Amino acid sequence: MKIQSPLEAYKYLPGTNCKECGEETCMAFASKLIDRSRKLEECKEILDESYKDEYEELTGLLAPEIKEITVGTGEKAVKIGGEDVIYRHELTFFDAPPFAYDVTDAMDEKEIVDRVNYVQNYKKFYVGNFLTLEMIAIRSVSDDPKKFSSCVRKVAETTEIPVVLMSFNPDVLEAGLKVISERRPLIYAATVDNWQRIAELVDKYKVPVVLFSPDLDKLSSLVKTFLEMGMEDLVLDPGTYASGKQLKGTFDRFIKLRRSGIKEGNRDITFPLMCIPMQTFLANKKGYKPLPDELIKTLGGPEDGRELYQPVLSETTIGNISIIKYADIVVWHNIEAYSILPSIHLRFNIYTDPRTPVSVEPIMREVGHPDENSPVFFTTNFALTYFTVFNDLDSNGIDSYLLVVDTAGIGVQSAIAGGQLNAGKIKDAVEESKVKEKVKHNTLIHRGMPQDLWVMSRMRQV
Amino acid sequence: MSNEKNILTVKGVQELLEKLQIDELKDVTIEGDLEIEIEPSAAGVTPEMMRSITVANETRQLLQHFKNLLGMEGISVLGAPTVQPVAPIKPAPIIAKFSPLGKLIERKFNVKKDEWKSKIEEVTLGATRADGGTRGHTITIGGEVCMPFYPDAPAPHRPIVVLDTFDEPIPLAKAVKGFYGDVMEDPCDWARKNVKEFGADMITIHLHSTHPLEKNTPTKEAVRTIEDILQAVDVPIVIGGSGDPTKDPEVLEAAAEVADGERCMIASANLDMDWERIANAAKKYGHNILSWTSLDMNNQRELDRKIMKIVGMPRDRIIIDPTTAALGYGLDYAYTNMERIKIAGLKGDDELNFPMSSGTTNAWGAREAWMKESPMSEDSDWGAREYRGPLWEVITGMTLAIAGVNMFMMMGPIAVHVLKNMTQTLMGLVEDKDHEIDISNWIREV
Repeated sequence: MKIQSPLEAYKYLPGTNCKECGEETCMAFASKLIDRSRKLEECKEILDESYKDEYEELTGLLAPEIKEITVGTGEKAVKIGGEDVIYRHELTFFDAPPFAYDVTDAMDEKEIVDRVNYVQNYKKFYVGNFLTLEMIAIRSVSDDPKKFSSCVRKVAETTEIPVVLMSFNPDVLEAGLKVISERRPLIYAATVDNWQRIAELVDKYKVPVVLFSPDLDKLSSLVKTFLEMGMEDLVLDPGTYASGKQLKGTFDRFIKLRRSGIKEGNRDITFPLMCIPMQTFLANKKGYKPLPDELIKTLGGPEDGRELYQPVLSETTIGNISIIKYADIVVWHNIEAYSILPSIHLRFNIYTDPRTPVSVEPIMREVGHPDENSPVFFTTNFALTYFTVFNDLDSNGIDSYLLVVDTAGIGVQSAIAGGQLNAGKIKDAVEESKVKEKVKHNTLIHRGMPQDLWVMSRMRQV
Repeated sequence: MSNEKNILTVKGVQELLEKLQIDELKDVTIEGDLEIEIEPSAAGVTPEMMRSITVANETRQLLQHFKNLLGMEGISVLGAPTVQPVAPIKPAPIIAKFSPLGKLIERKFNVKKDEWKSKIEEVTLGATRADGGTRGHTITIGGEVCMPFYPDAPAPHRPIVVLDTFDEPIPLAKAVKGFYGDVMEDPCDWARKNVKEFGADMITIHLHSTHPLEKNTPTKEAVRTIEDILQAVDVPIVIGGSGDPTKDPEVLEAAAEVADGERCMIASANLDMDWERIANAAKKYGHNILSWTSLDMNNQRELDRKIMKIVGMPRDRIIIDPTTAALGYGLDYAYTNMERIKIAGLKGDDELNFPMSSGTTNAWGAREAWMKESPMSEDSDWGAREYRGPLWEVITGMTLAIAGVNMFMMMGPIAVHVLKNMTQTLMGLVEDKDHEIDISNWIREV
């Protein structure tokens, strides 16, 4: 955003301290605008016609450096971009990159439906919620508008999650758009060769579009040209490669584009970036393998998965690097569970707001149906620790009390180091919970990880 | 009014006009198949609809008449009472048909380089005979002047990988165990395998068996393993204890003495144990010291300062470990802590501008790395753990590589292979012409 201090935002607010937004003062609201924890539209007064100029000007000043683009409609719509910083500690990263998984018009109906269902039904429990996957990328391998159209129709029948339509052939893309344009798909891609016809499609169907070129001069030219034509919902693909100098070039381009957009405010380039790590499968076809085959053999995984492990390993590694620097949407080929699992965790970790630890309410919970002889466990209110301990007790059917100590949302070891977890804090939690009135014993159990032994010894000292 | 749509066709209009005994509309001609749809329930006619039926000047006037006529027929248009005169309609803006620009607007992309004040200290590990040791070669890390892999300036040294070796068999994840089943009884074989087969730049010998709550091997006996390891491999080595705060100072001091002059890295000094004794031993016997703190930049500064000021350790013999938390288990804290430390170092903070080490092995602490399947029935399948575990270590490591780690202490050969290749690729050291790809038609070719 263009302003850094609450004072600069405050100038535009009504200044009546009406409290309708829930904040005590307009200044407090202004500081929430600056850290992006509140939206300007939550100020009812500024939406009044009389503040039209102020509203519009402030909206412009508060807009994220990297344009935020919506793909899809309704509840399943995703936001792409919206970033304001180069390093997450400078504020936070905002819109976690959606993951799109490909289906192709060369797949039979069953395969399409199975893949789409796998993606839309995928879930993994983590810190109190389920991590999920967001998008389908429909890729035209046939280059045949009819085949593409029926593939898109099949996807549209199967799911409501947003889609990316992928072809360099405008006729093929239009065939897809005719089926699904009202769901606001992202179309891929305009290049230096087809951009005029793609621009016609963008105008006709009012959809966001990806501009593709690994040559940053050409990519900038495409952006400038589309902006000139009044098209602003742009996503940039600077080309993802799989290995060697080509991959080095990919990394450098992502760094340069984001730096140019945020640090230098180059308006021609302040758009979300797309990474397509599935290019590793193209390299794999040329014989590229990240590992010697013998190593995979020794690893001892399922035999029928060994060949696939090579390109999946590359794709997962490159895709995850891009989550950190600086993809705003990632398009994947593999749907291997062992690849999805680490990727969704990294995405969640990197896009967690570093200003607020992920925490739960520090109260005592009952697991199952505890009685006066049931064990009492304790843990911190760092969400990850809490849910791990809770689920272990719960899934093993251990009727018990779980005391959640207020460590300001910090995990066990860090809290010990930082003084948020000590004997005094635990004593307070025991007293507050009145657990002593509920059980007949004096035993408090801490999860038994080896590195916690010294943690416990420290506690005795305190 | 019925719920059916009132559709006026040209024919319908004629009939309506006849019914109302109007013979002609002045100045109006009707062209083509004009069709007007009116939803009986609609509160009014939408702008889109207006535009669609005002395709030409002629029809705009016609519409005005229609509205009056429809009003007389009891059909509400724009919600206006039937007897009120209808307000004159503004001509709809004539929308020019879109046509793309004739040619691309040429642009050049330029971006400035990041420039920092300071450089990260260079630290050399290992001593050859010329320097009073017995190592076959030395390894130097650090010395960079910008963020890792950034196109601003080349880094003088690549990140290195140190593989774990234990002085006794320990429980290992299934995806790691297969590689070491035959060598776990002998730390020397284990170390040799790490170097010869798995590409370790260095090895760590963990004197794990000294832990008082486990085997509690006496210090004198334990440090003999160091002598054996120095015979078995000629790469620089890291010496680790068992993590026990009371015994480690004694064990590491004795180990430092045994390896006198080899310029090992002693792992580690930390604020929770007698760091002074450990760092003093490292200094006295010519080793480097690992300054390890727990996810806290200020503690890192404090310990580094103490090691420099109180122990008097030279700057080029300090490596820092700000703690590695596993992917999914606090990696975000570890990542941001390390990134901030690296940036502070580059900005000239002389208590933080040391090469960084990561205990990437900690990745295996995540249950998702080693468990056969999810303990929660609601979860989707986790996939084969043999394939999953190494990825957990790769991603934990690569994330911290991007934060600025110079030295990775690792566990699994697969992850080592991938991480070494990837970090060197991102530095531009890997050409790989053979596997260059053309992505200009990738959509059809993948």
